[in-house]
Amino acid sequence: MTALPTSTAKKLGLVIDLDICVGCHACVINCKEWNTSNYGAPLSDQDAYGENPTGTFLNRIHTYEVKQPQKPAQTVHFPKSCLHCEDAPCVTVCPTGASYKREEDGIVLVNESDCIGCGLCAWACPYGARELDVKEGVMKKCTLCVDRIYNENLPEIDREPACVRTCPANARHFGDFADPESDVSRMSAERGGMRLMAEQGTKPVNRYLPPRPKADIQTDSDINILAPFLEPVSETPKGLLGWLDKALEAI
Amino acid sequence: MHPAASVIIFTALSGLGFGLLTFLGLGQPTVTGWSAFAFFFIAFALAVGGLIASTFHLGNPQRAMKAFSQWRTSWLSREGVIAVAALLVMGLYAALLIFADIRIIPLGWLGSALCIAAVFCTSMIYAQLKTVPRWNMPTTPVLFLLYALSGGALLAAQLHIAFFLLIALTLIQVLSWMRGDVSFAVAGHTIETATGLGHLGKVRLLESPHSGENYLTREMVHVIGRKHAVKLRIIAAVCFGLIPIVVLAGFELNHYSVVLIILLHIFGLFISRWLFFAQAEHVVGLYYDKR
Repeated sequence: MTALPTSTAKKLGLVIDLDICVGCHACVINCKEWNTSNYGAPLSDQDAYGENPTGTFLNRIHTYEVKQPQKPAQTVHFPKSCLHCEDAPCVTVCPTGASYKREEDGIVLVNESDCIGCGLCAWACPYGARELDVKEGVMKKCTLCVDRIYNENLPEIDREPACVRTCPANARHFGDFADPESDVSRMSAERGGMRLMAEQGTKPVNRYLPPRPKADIQTDSDINILAPFLEPVSETPKGLLGWLDKALEAI
Repeated sequence: MHPAASVIIFTALSGLGFGLLTFLGLGQPTVTGWSAFAFFFIAFALAVGGLIASTFHLGNPQRAMKAFSQWRTSWLSREGVIAVAALLVMGLYAALLIFADIRIIPLGWLGSALCIAAVFCTSMIYAQLKTVPRWNMPTTPVLFLLYALSGGALLAAQLHIAFFLLIALTLIQVLSWMRGDVSFAVAGHTIETATGLGHLGKVRLLESPHSGENYLTREMVHVIGRKHAVKLRIIAAVCFGLIPIVVLAGFELNHYSVVLIILLHIFGLFISRWLFFAQAEHVVGLYYDKR
């Protein structure tokens, strides 16, 4: 049923730390690897080795430049996947009931055997979190690795989303936002976790931790903080070097 | 948004078909026998043809029946349910009229109401989307209804009503274009709110996620073809509105000239509907630093 649950027992989601993400795309690759071979239809590629390769991805990384006048620009790597919104507009527009939000943990999923591939849910999502798979004609989206997090066949350490498990910089964290004592809730509270495009009223569960403020750099000469340590220690060389210096000057 | 032929044909033709059925259900014109057959044939061909076209963009059209199930929450589902109900009621009304020469007036009224409701539901599929500020306006359903009814009035040869409907349509369309041009800015979405990085400075995309295109950019970040938007708007308004209005106001009309006016109106309708999609900007474009 495409009605949203009034509340969910858990609010599972991700914290993404924009201060730490180095933009290596490991989460993109591991997401694709896990999700193309597990739950639902594979994530197909078209013209993968040709001139215009495209494909279905559940997680993509944008890289932004942020610039203030008179200051050097800052690079921010920005991973983006489904935010598992509390008020998910993608769910209510679905005509077949294929899209739903789980009452037990708040994960937004697509039942692919009911999906007609009309694409309206992708239109309703402000974040570009849903992509229609061209080969299968069904809507694909982040499942929060629902087939990992409860999977007792996996060692306990692996029971988290593939993107979180693989992140070499530890920029991604998984947990329950309904529990104020969970790691993700505390991290988000301490660092001012952001909801993307809050004015859309979707109430995303996932939070983004903003980059920490940089040292206040005013001019180019301020940039080289090691400069004081690199100044020449002695202006006039002595000994052999002194003699060489004088001899070379004399030539 | 990508102006897919299937959705343009669907919204334009089914609107015209339901518009004509609305007038036939109200007994405007009151027809029987073969002339009733001709009118209803055109109306059903347009409405059903449009609905069939809408299935062409589906990834799995064989499951289309499932789309009737979620009418409690989904405008797309409601559109399907009400369109089928309208076609069934009008089918019964038409069959009795054509073959038995019986006109059940309340059945016609019910059919007309369902036809109007079907067009309204179609419009709400677009008007409900907060992600596309140009569509997320009260003028969207008003426009869809006016296009359906004015086109329907022309097809039903109700030229007096058509004259006034076309004036209303042209005014509302121009208003909607003007309001639509500022809707994105009014909604307040920027690359800074999309990324949440506005407090750090001005944001621009340095590198996109992949070197190539993807489903999102193909479907929702359609930026080509807007170059001639102003010219196309003028051509559309002249064809669907101004020329028909002037001709209806000042000229004696015969069958052939009415057909010409209808074809001109439909030509303008298609341009306007193409613009409706091509000019619509989806907020996801902000993440790609283009709309």
